[in-house]
Amino acid sequence: MPTSSPSPASIADVAEGLRAVGYLPGESTALVAYLATKLGKPVLVEGPAGVGKTELAKALASYLGRELVRLQCYEGLDEAKALYEWNYRKQLLRIQAEASGTGWDAVQDDIFGEEFLLARPLMTAIASELPVVLLIDEIDKTDQEFEAMLLEVLSDFQISIPELGRVEARTHPIVLLTSNNSRELTEALKRRCLYLWLDYPSLEHELEIVRLHAPELSETVARRLVEVIGMVRALDLKKPPSIAESIDWARALLLLGAEDIDADTFTETMSVIVKHRTDMDVVAERVGLKLRSPADVA
Amino acid sequence: MSPEDVSAEGLPGRILEFGEELRGEGIAVGTSELLDAFEVLGEINWVSEEDFREGLAATLAKSQEDRRVFELVFDRFFFRAVELAAARHGVQEEDRAFLAELSERELDALRAQIAAAMRDGSEGAMRDLARMTIAAFARRQEGSGVIGVDVQRIRRALGLRAEPQPELPAEDPRRDGLPRDALRRFEALLRRELERSQIERTGNLPPARPLGELDRALPSGPLADLAAVHRVVAQLRRRLATQGLQARGHRHRAHVDVRRTMRASLQTGGVPVVLKFRPRRPRRPEIYVLCDVSTSVTSASVFFLSVLHALHDTFRKMRSFVFIERISEVTDIFEKERSFKAVSERIAGDAGVADISGYTDYGRVWSEFLTQVEDDLNPRSTVIVLGDARTNGRDPRADVFAQIAARAGRTFWLNPEPRLYWNYGDSVIAAYEEYCTAFECWTTAQLEDFVRALTRPAIVGAR
Repeated sequence: MPTSSPSPASIADVAEGLRAVGYLPGESTALVAYLATKLGKPVLVEGPAGVGKTELAKALASYLGRELVRLQCYEGLDEAKALYEWNYRKQLLRIQAEASGTGWDAVQDDIFGEEFLLARPLMTAIASELPVVLLIDEIDKTDQEFEAMLLEVLSDFQISIPELGRVEARTHPIVLLTSNNSRELTEALKRRCLYLWLDYPSLEHELEIVRLHAPELSETVARRLVEVIGMVRALDLKKPPSIAESIDWARALLLLGAEDIDADTFTETMSVIVKHRTDMDVVAERVGLKLRSPADVA
Repeated sequence: MSPEDVSAEGLPGRILEFGEELRGEGIAVGTSELLDAFEVLGEINWVSEEDFREGLAATLAKSQEDRRVFELVFDRFFFRAVELAAARHGVQEEDRAFLAELSERELDALRAQIAAAMRDGSEGAMRDLARMTIAAFARRQEGSGVIGVDVQRIRRALGLRAEPQPELPAEDPRRDGLPRDALRRFEALLRRELERSQIERTGNLPPARPLGELDRALPSGPLADLAAVHRVVAQLRRRLATQGLQARGHRHRAHVDVRRTMRASLQTGGVPVVLKFRPRRPRRPEIYVLCDVSTSVTSASVFFLSVLHALHDTFRKMRSFVFIERISEVTDIFEKERSFKAVSERIAGDAGVADISGYTDYGRVWSEFLTQVEDDLNPRSTVIVLGDARTNGRDPRADVFAQIAARAGRTFWLNPEPRLYWNYGDSVIAAYEEYCTAFECWTTAQLEDFVRALTRPAIVGAR
């Protein structure tokens, strides 16, 4: 089975490549990404919201020069939305167009051809001529039946269509499944995947990420920002700020031309990183105070 | 299998042995996972410890909890393997002798250094200091031979505590209390050094101990659990909401909708061929929660209140009561206040829990509860009691509780004590257990168990 054209030779290669497209992978991230390209096994990525699970798939796709096929999961997602569907309108038109003169057999053979098949993400990923990166986002939102259906796709990379027979993968996609851990996934699914737990990055790592996405922000402000984010995450919030939100905040501070993060700037821009009424009170109280005290001393 | 048997097989043997240990700790490691692990090792530079560990973790540990257990087992397993090899080849550490005599003053210096290393979170310094500490204490007094006991004794002797110690001089880093995770980390290092010296002394490995329940659990403060509790309760709501659907399949009782049947019969000349049934409305769960806030459950009451708080966030039709000696409804407070802190303050302050003796009086609580809600209780309601069932010698009045349970559709009891302590002393949970389903519940994991049990009504009784 052909793999992607720029096949990475080592873990360092993958890390370098992801870095080049604007994603700073942690140690284990690079390792698992490398394994995914080598072994062709799906990767299950879990972690809190906003640590860059989806972003990883995008970065991997652009690094490998592959197309990204995305399947966003939700409650009640079914095969018709994920695999394929018959384009029945077109089928009807076809039948009407040849209404007279053709026998039933001919029409029947005709209308169940690939021409009338609407490929949905999974089908697209498998049937694609060029290898792709398939992202199955928030798999924990679907029900268990759907997971069971995925098993066939993920282990053998093939789909059975009763009218057409089996569609086998022409190329081997790299599959990433993400989950926010809102429910336990089935053992069978986990068994087939490599596992990657993404957590909030360490201070230095996040600083690098912020600097990468907002390079104009001064070193000191960026460091301060990351420290404050760390403080906020340490609190017990309904929704702790994600990496995306720290980047947003960095950009906001840049626009405002902030020189330093003091108590006032913080209170004004806090809404960028904290998005719950009750959380805001907690954060304003705890972090706002901490920011104020050194300023008063100075 | 003794270690000698596998040493001949080299790395593959060790990996299999490691997989065996993981299974022993309850991680589902199948043959396919092990095959994957070998496949992975073929692709990476497994001489690098970091890559080796991550590569194995990616294939063998498939959830956050598994990952945590994996780390512990990994450390233990490979530590033991290295020590065994060292013992067999007669490798000894030489530099212990000069630490032999440690005066009281030097001990003070050691204390300060350790505290400073903990405050800075410097792993290397902590490791060296742990080694020095063990060496020092080994000379000063005989170890008890039980590693856990020794670790605690050394920690106490060094005066390392997470709580602030205001009586110490201002420059002492211990004054403001030490970071909890650093303390835990240091204890782990102490434990490891103790194990190492024990192996050195005896020249053999002690039998491996399984991981304790406490090691396994994710470290978290009571308040950090709040988010986890909210998550579990959100699950609870979803399950309660969808459960009706499951139950409906088994119920054959249905009401005929006469009007719609007549209307349908017009098509068949007035003969009601097709019966139309009244649609079954999905039932809205009505929940009554009784929460013990007396002193005997102080440690658990933060957890309970957070459960209560999370329940209120998710359920509309819910009434909550707190009780000590008497009962007091706090539904309003939860509806008005959204922040958990404000809620707990108001409950502690002016919720008016009539508390004269500070001792729970379950009998009185039941009868008061029954008078207050008797008319509202119906088979659709669910009663959940959060309490330790310790009556302080008073009459449990299980008969009144039985009346409540009979009126309500379902009754659950969540007990914050480990099952081991049930029915010891003044705990009378057995008397109540006849009428309700009781769960041990003091961690979010157990709360999840409770939620899971709720979804499978058939198995509830079996637990």
